[in-house]
Amino acid sequence: MEELIATQDLTKTYKDVHAVKGLDLCIHQGEIFGFLGPNGAGKTTTIRVLTTLAKPTSGAARIAGFDVAAKPDEVKKIIGVVQQHLTMDLDLNLEENMDLHGRLHHMVSSERQKRIAELLDYVGLTDQSKRMIPDLSGGMKKAAMIARALMHKPKLLFLDEPTVGLDVQTRRLIWNLIRRLNGEGTTVFLTTHYIEEAEALCHRVGIVHEGRLISLGTPAELRQKVGLVTVETLTNGKFSQFKYFPDREVANVYVQSLPSEVKTVIIREANLEDVFVELTGKKVGDDER
Amino acid sequence: MDLRFLSRNWYKTLATTLIAPVLYLLAFGYGLGRGVVIEGYSYLDFVIPGIVALTAMTTSFNAAGMKLHVDRLFYKCFDEALMSPIGLFSIVIGKTLIGVLRGLLSCGILLIACFVFSPMPAVDPLFWLTLFATCFVFSFLGVLVALVAKSHQDMSVFMSLVILPMSFLSGTFFSLSQIPESMRLVLWFSPLTHSSLCLRASTLGQPFPWFSFTILLFFGLAFLFGCYFILKKTSL
Repeated sequence: MEELIATQDLTKTYKDVHAVKGLDLCIHQGEIFGFLGPNGAGKTTTIRVLTTLAKPTSGAARIAGFDVAAKPDEVKKIIGVVQQHLTMDLDLNLEENMDLHGRLHHMVSSERQKRIAELLDYVGLTDQSKRMIPDLSGGMKKAAMIARALMHKPKLLFLDEPTVGLDVQTRRLIWNLIRRLNGEGTTVFLTTHYIEEAEALCHRVGIVHEGRLISLGTPAELRQKVGLVTVETLTNGKFSQFKYFPDREVANVYVQSLPSEVKTVIIREANLEDVFVELTGKKVGDDER
Repeated sequence: MDLRFLSRNWYKTLATTLIAPVLYLLAFGYGLGRGVVIEGYSYLDFVIPGIVALTAMTTSFNAAGMKLHVDRLFYKCFDEALMSPIGLFSIVIGKTLIGVLRGLLSCGILLIACFVFSPMPAVDPLFWLTLFATCFVFSFLGVLVALVAKSHQDMSVFMSLVILPMSFLSGTFFSLSQIPESMRLVLWFSPLTHSSLCLRASTLGQPFPWFSFTILLFFGLAFLFGCYFILKKTSL
């Protein structure tokens, strides 16, 4: 499979903050790759470097064989980017925002009009084409940003926290949209701090903590690293302890050996949060509290 | 997109940019300056080129700078331009042109209003050349400041500490021959001084100060390259 993103020892430092530390990554065409970690882990900085918005401090990053620092214009033709925050021009309507994107990518007028109609239909916003951006709902704005990023038919789509702040129903609509895009050949690199998003969407997940990639693999491979079954014990309703086991049989043996002061025992399948806790000693949301 | 914004809001945009110069014209030219003669010209004839320079400066600076400032820090849509396969020079020029257009529009309308108060002497090609250059210089400056500003307050501080003093001190309302030599030297570092000198000379039929025009162009180039290097330093 063709290698679409490759980084070697990629580092980004802002003054004395090491946002990304020695990132080595290889993402293949056709993948949905998830970068999972808490806020401040370095996910957005990695996207900013890969999308030419920030210069790497050291190391190298290549997109489709083009060095990001040396050939930024070649990279810009290949990628589409949906940032975490709203990046539409609020003084323009939806169609005008998309048209502007097409102009910035040197698309001719007829091509732009055709593509806008196609994409608005694709994301279900045809009726909203003339509405000003502030008048759209949160989910519509996100779908609109995805549609805009697809204007120039990018091979690789970056999505920074694509569903943050959206309700559950809209989140699932966006997930379906991402799956559909990927099914049609677009490679997706997304960042998220939602465990269930990484598990539901991504073929492979990289867990990032304090600027470092600390684990990489398919969700199943990552879960196997800690064990497939988690036993969570609560003693007097205050203390939570996690133990991981390769299967339920071994987990049950452990549960039977627990002392009587353990009041509550939960046996469940391990998830990526367990992997994160085991690797870092923290929960994904701990740093935000 | 800036043109689309202008076409939707042209009446508000032009009205707000024209209020200050028209007030200056009424207060200084028609009110206070009535009967005053400077360098052999009526004060109204003397002050109109200064007010035109001042209008070109504030309109171009605000139009190019404030929109980019909002796009960059509040709408965050300037990243879209940075992530597109367009050269950094093209981005700077693109962001500058709206300032130039709005500066020329405001000055054009102001000139029409000025004719009502005082039929001006010939407005020759050198006047338009200088006006065009002035709009470019201050649009570049607006883009430069908007690229550097980290907050809305930074823009306000620059307006208060640089643009406002420049408006009143750069030979717009008085002749530079009326002030001490040391002060005059300081004012040579203001691009608006050179713009006022060139516009006044071309309006009043005086010899055109090519040296000042060259310095004005130099300021424009310096601001343009400043914009380029700021963008080059922060993005790819």
